[in-house]
Amino acid sequence: MSLWLVILLAGLLTFATRLSFILLHDHIKLPNWFQRGLRFVPLAVLSAIILPELATHNAALDLSLHNPQLYAGALAVLVAWRTKNVLLTILAGMVALLVFQALLRIL
Amino acid sequence: MLAPEIMNESTMPTTRGREFWRGVRDEAPILLGVAPFGLIFGALAIDAHIAVPVAQAMSSIIFAGASQIIAAQMIGTGTSGLVILLVVSVVNLRHALYSASVAPYVRHLSPGWKILLACLLTDEAYAVTITHYNQEGHPANKHWYFLGAGLTLWTTWQVSTAMGIFIGAQLPLAWSLDFVLPLTFIALVIPALKDKAGVAAAVTAALVGVLTLGFPFKTGLLVAAFLGILIGLLMEGRSK
Repeated sequence: MSLWLVILLAGLLTFATRLSFILLHDHIKLPNWFQRGLRFVPLAVLSAIILPELATHNAALDLSLHNPQLYAGALAVLVAWRTKNVLLTILAGMVALLVFQALLRIL
Repeated sequence: MLAPEIMNESTMPTTRGREFWRGVRDEAPILLGVAPFGLIFGALAIDAHIAVPVAQAMSSIIFAGASQIIAAQMIGTGTSGLVILLVVSVVNLRHALYSASVAPYVRHLSPGWKILLACLLTDEAYAVTITHYNQEGHPANKHWYFLGAGLTLWTTWQVSTAMGIFIGAQLPLAWSLDFVLPLTFIALVIPALKDKAGVAAAVTAALVGVLTLGFPFKTGLLVAAFLGILIGLLMEGRSK
């Protein structure tokens, strides 16, 4: 299979996945539990991205006290909870990451 | 379920232009985290001896970072096309969840709009758009917000891929900047946790996500998301 064809088909398959339920929703009545479950999709998927990202340090799982991302992430959770402000959360998290990285280097 | 409440909140629909630019603006912070990934992908693709037009086309046509990085590595090691297709499909399966999640909100749109928005349905555009759909305000022109967020991300992905191809990923800050991604998701998820069922869904998904980190091709993410949703549904059922 030529590389161009692989890329094109990979794009089509990805697009079909993205379009799947947007189209299905028009044609079939989805069961009640399915519709109730949709509310949890952003919470569940994004959380399943967040924690593994924080817990992975230098491409390996690191749940030790030496992983600065865990501290910075915990602080970001606190800031997000108190302020509900996206920019403030990012700023606090990035500053915290740099500070904790520097601290861990010294200690 | 949410739509009627939103209707009652509404006064006037926000204009298309304002929705579009709000989408652009809300997507902007995430770009800091996305650009390093684009650089890394571009540089990886060249390392794997992928021709420049093919590498750029991967970003324009597939437009899904994690799957592109894995595909580039497989192309570099001479993996067969069918296996690459299979892996890309599995890695990108989570987009079906996003599709189901936005489907009720884009139902009223023309087929052309649905196709366009489906093309732009990435992790990062989905995260801000679903947050916007769940917030107050007249829903009529919110698809313009989706379009603004999606196009902003697409453009950034193309430019950062090109930079990675031609300059490489020698940014010293690159690895720290990608931390903006989980931080943005934290900023979007935490305020959306409004009841026990939601918290249970998020905590379950987060923990299972870590436990299944060893699963191949991001299948752990799918397992974690499904278990989170299931626990959310069960908790909600119990509290009623």
